[in-house]
Amino acid sequence: MPASSADAPAQVDARFSAAPLEDPGARLRRTARRVVSRLLGALLVLWGAATAAFLAQAVLPGDRATIIFNIRAGQPIERTPEELAAINAQYGFQDPVLTQYLHHLSGLVRGDLGESYQQFRPVTDVIGEQLAPTLVLTLTAIALAWAGMVVWVVLTAGRGRRTAGLGAAVDTATAGLPHYWLGIVLLLVFALQLRWFPVISGNSPAGLLLPALTLAVPLAGFMGQATRTEFERALQQPFVLSARTRGAGDLAIRLRHVLRHAALPAVTLSGWALGATISGAVVVETVYTRAGIGRVLVTAVNNQDLPIVTGVVLLVAALYVVANLLVDLVHGLVDPRTAKGGRPS
Amino acid sequence: MTTLLLEPAPEARAVRTRRPRPWGVWLAGLAALGFGVAAAAPGLLDTTDPLALHLDRALQAPGPGHWFGTDEAGRDLFSRVVHGARPSLAIGVGASLVSLSLAVVLGTLAALGGRVVAPVVDRVVEVLFSFPSLLLALLLVALLGPSAATAAVAVGVGTAPGYARMVRAQVLSARGSAYVEAAVALGHSPGRILRRHVLPNALRPLVAVMALSIGQSIVWASSLSFLGLGVAPPSSEWGALLEAGRPYVAHAWWLTVVPGLVVVVLALATTTLGKHLQAVLERSAS
Amino acid sequence: MSAAQHAGPTGRSGEPVLSVRGLHVGFARREGVRDVVHDVSFDLHPGECLAVVGESGSGKSVTARTLVGLTGDGALVRAERLHFDGADVRGLSARDWRRTRGRRIGFVLQDALVSLDPLRPVGAEVEEALRLHGWRERRARRAKVLELLTAVGVPSARARARQRPDELSGGLRQRALIASAIALDPEVVVADEPTTALDVTVQAQVLDLLAEQKRRGVAIVLISHDLSVVARLADRVLVMSGGRVVESGPTREVLTAPRHEYTRALIAAVPGEHTRGERLSPAPAAVLPRPRAERPGGTVLEASGLVKRYATAEGSHTAVSGVSFSLRAGRTLGIVGESGSGKSTTARLALALTAPDEGVVNLLGRPWSQVPEAQRRERRKEVSVVQQDPLSSFDPRWTVERVLLDALPPRRSRTAGERRARLRELLAQVGLDEDVLARFPLTLSGGQRQRVSIARALAPEPSVVVLDEAVSALDVSVQAQVLDLLADLQRALGLSYLFISHDLGVVYHVSDDVLVMKDGEVVERGSAEDVFERPQHPYTRELVSALPRLAGQRAEEEAR
Repeated sequence: MPASSADAPAQVDARFSAAPLEDPGARLRRTARRVVSRLLGALLVLWGAATAAFLAQAVLPGDRATIIFNIRAGQPIERTPEELAAINAQYGFQDPVLTQYLHHLSGLVRGDLGESYQQFRPVTDVIGEQLAPTLVLTLTAIALAWAGMVVWVVLTAGRGRRTAGLGAAVDTATAGLPHYWLGIVLLLVFALQLRWFPVISGNSPAGLLLPALTLAVPLAGFMGQATRTEFERALQQPFVLSARTRGAGDLAIRLRHVLRHAALPAVTLSGWALGATISGAVVVETVYTRAGIGRVLVTAVNNQDLPIVTGVVLLVAALYVVANLLVDLVHGLVDPRTAKGGRPS
Repeated sequence: MTTLLLEPAPEARAVRTRRPRPWGVWLAGLAALGFGVAAAAPGLLDTTDPLALHLDRALQAPGPGHWFGTDEAGRDLFSRVVHGARPSLAIGVGASLVSLSLAVVLGTLAALGGRVVAPVVDRVVEVLFSFPSLLLALLLVALLGPSAATAAVAVGVGTAPGYARMVRAQVLSARGSAYVEAAVALGHSPGRILRRHVLPNALRPLVAVMALSIGQSIVWASSLSFLGLGVAPPSSEWGALLEAGRPYVAHAWWLTVVPGLVVVVLALATTTLGKHLQAVLERSAS
Repeated sequence: MSAAQHAGPTGRSGEPVLSVRGLHVGFARREGVRDVVHDVSFDLHPGECLAVVGESGSGKSVTARTLVGLTGDGALVRAERLHFDGADVRGLSARDWRRTRGRRIGFVLQDALVSLDPLRPVGAEVEEALRLHGWRERRARRAKVLELLTAVGVPSARARARQRPDELSGGLRQRALIASAIALDPEVVVADEPTTALDVTVQAQVLDLLAEQKRRGVAIVLISHDLSVVARLADRVLVMSGGRVVESGPTREVLTAPRHEYTRALIAAVPGEHTRGERLSPAPAAVLPRPRAERPGGTVLEASGLVKRYATAEGSHTAVSGVSFSLRAGRTLGIVGESGSGKSTTARLALALTAPDEGVVNLLGRPWSQVPEAQRRERRKEVSVVQQDPLSSFDPRWTVERVLLDALPPRRSRTAGERRARLRELLAQVGLDEDVLARFPLTLSGGQRQRVSIARALAPEPSVVVLDEAVSALDVSVQAQVLDLLADLQRALGLSYLFISHDLGVVYHVSDDVLVMKDGEVVERGSAEDVFERPQHPYTRELVSALPRLAGQRAEEEAR
């Protein structure tokens, strides 16, 4: 057998190193440029969301002062012009629209989302009190969804027609489940029949599990669809064959090589998923009579308490933006090619 | 003439793509047909009056005579579900039409709007996409007040940004394709290329998306009703049935589980059909 | 390399490291088992290279994968004998195969961005082979990886090991792939198209690397469609067609004195200096009109001082820099260059599909690149294009008939019958039957698709046709037919070709004049004979010297 293969380095000419080694300065500049452009994009989305929120309040049909009175009284009552003028002055409704808009924006910059029509309290207070339980719920749900999805896809994807077909069918079926229905079924089976969990979900970890599962199962199905497609595509790639010819086993290839590729679309979806689970929380909190932003929102929509509604919508848009910046960061870690200026074509 | 240098028969490849339809697709088609009949002619499936009160038969569990059980006023749930198909499907189809029309307009503009319009529309879509569908719908409900029409519009607007992004990507990919370049090289005008190549190829997948979107719209609309922000209870719309049954969850599970199951079956059927259609279109396209 | 040392199987004694008798491979299909490899037998001794040659669908890659136990799902492998190092491997368990693969049999795939995991540094990929076969200590593995990368000729290995495949050139990637295959000093290396998709100068270096392994006593199974690659490395050749071995023997014998009809046709189909002005394929010529009256000579397409820059993340990249050429009526101008040389951008500039930043293009003596598109549209029928990938150049919703009708120039006087007659004429010219009209391009073979693409290019009756890598994706025998067709069409219709290709042999075969491009610039120009026989520029010289030749041609040259 041949001795060590290191004793005769092959001849190399200069042209051969076609891709030059890159100096660290260029890499840093590129990263900086990318971060700045991402932040600008995020600010733009936030500004757009704020404008949309303002427009929503401004176009509310009917006289706003009257509406506010009716909301407070709970019934339509004829008001005197003096009473209306007082409300108009309080909320600045008589100002030109542009002034109101600038006031709205400057309020946002200061962290002021306005005042609830119904509760006479700042919107930030109302939302702030209820934010924590909802975030705990949604983050738990996303974590559960990721865990379940990864295990399910790694076990079933690309394993013959029957298994892979079953895997995909489960993805599709769970992705389409409405939260209210899944919530009620879980509640009936595990809380009312088996009595494993409390019917009314408080703040205990036991009470958290059913609502979180209700959000996680459809999300896992949804992310699973994207992950499975990519997983099966990656399994067909030449680098998988390369790894096999080196003697790697099936599970090792799935975990070391394929999963990383397959996780990319799910990572991208995760920013969107945070928003989606918060809107899912609206339903789930109602099913499980759980405190949180969702309940606040439903009440506010019912009462046309617009400052609360737009406040929640803005908050979710902001969370979406922050989550997407994080997702970008993670995406860059999982797929270093994207960090190198633009996605590979 | 030698036959040795002939290429592998391409017919073999063509034949292989004609796979038999999986049984799931047949089931989904059957279910969709059932829902269609229920919406078009509920009398064919059920002859009893969905609103007839029989207080003596209130809250009966599913069984012979009442397949799906009865509600608190003794109304037959099966009958109500069948008659609820029309309002539910109407909202779903309406929302889907609103959503896809908006998506086509916004997506096409974002892709082809030129240097001024395209980036602006693109940004607007991006902003709208940052609002989850249900929240955007709730915002509209808060503005317009709950009703069936609001539900259709709200769900349509709420789901439009996602589809708009899809349309934009499709249009861009068609416009950058080699067949468009070939058409340019043949000297065809931009209008003709847009009409004959770009739009037909970009919008073709929408047939499949429409099926997917109807199912999703019904899920969202029934969610609104479930929250008491869509169609109000005297209606037999499935979400309204759910909301009406919610107080009885502990005692009469069928009042919520059964209408919900109907929505689940419909969503599954449209998803299966939509995906199948998508696969068929893709196979013939690439 | 001393050729005498490895004179082939005849003079060799000792046990073969790989011995195959009566190998059949089939795949289970709905309608039953379909065999794709029939009755393949060979022996392979240490330090020997056996080449398996064939076109797509010949079963050569399936044979290669069977040798490492990776034939695939649903595969049925039967053999009278399948011995590796004297031991029967037919009943080997999955676990035993894993122990064998990588350690005792190495496998090298065709270079692609994704032959190595694109998300991981190449060092980790090479290291994986060590990790899987008992190298427990991380530090030792790292050191060995650097040693291996250096050995296969990767410069500054420490830095390269940390880079990902997309940051390396094709040649470096292929070297890293080879490093991972030979990491554990395997007795056998199976190389499946190891030089395909590489630039020709890099090809030569990779072949040298494999030759070095051979010299060390490694037995190599070389899978290739390219006879010239085979001629460089292999001691013996198996020619496969339709899953069967049609001919086998010592390389020189098979390439210089082929006995089987298929081998003869395959060798004749390879274009190059020896085939200029000759037909490459045995197929009959298409039905063509009598040659037209000679068009008046002179220049049909002329470019001067073309510059094209593209904006990138880093600033701007100059794709084409100061390119000038003129294409004379009825002649072929070949543009040859490696990937990234700017030849395809030049084609797009010639077609006015993209506007030059500097310089002008004139078509038939009138301004072409510098007029508005609206004015150009009417004149576009004068110049046609045949694109690299015919399938993606057809609207997927359209049948061949619609594709061709769409390409006919709009003339109000034409009736449906006349259009139909014109389509028939076009099909006859490119040698296609009328029944392809109703079919979708997806259901056609690669050669048929390219013929449809040519028919579409001919439809407006152009004077100039730009062929952008028009035969690159075709098997050599189909490529031969298409090249013959193009030559016939040129003679019959008096067409002028701008022929763009990375393949030196093809360019030499078809071109009257040649432009050699490198990094966006023209480094050499002249008649094909001058450029290929008497290259002036060092780069051209290097290209021509790396130009792979068949053993037969070599022998002739040596005799000269």
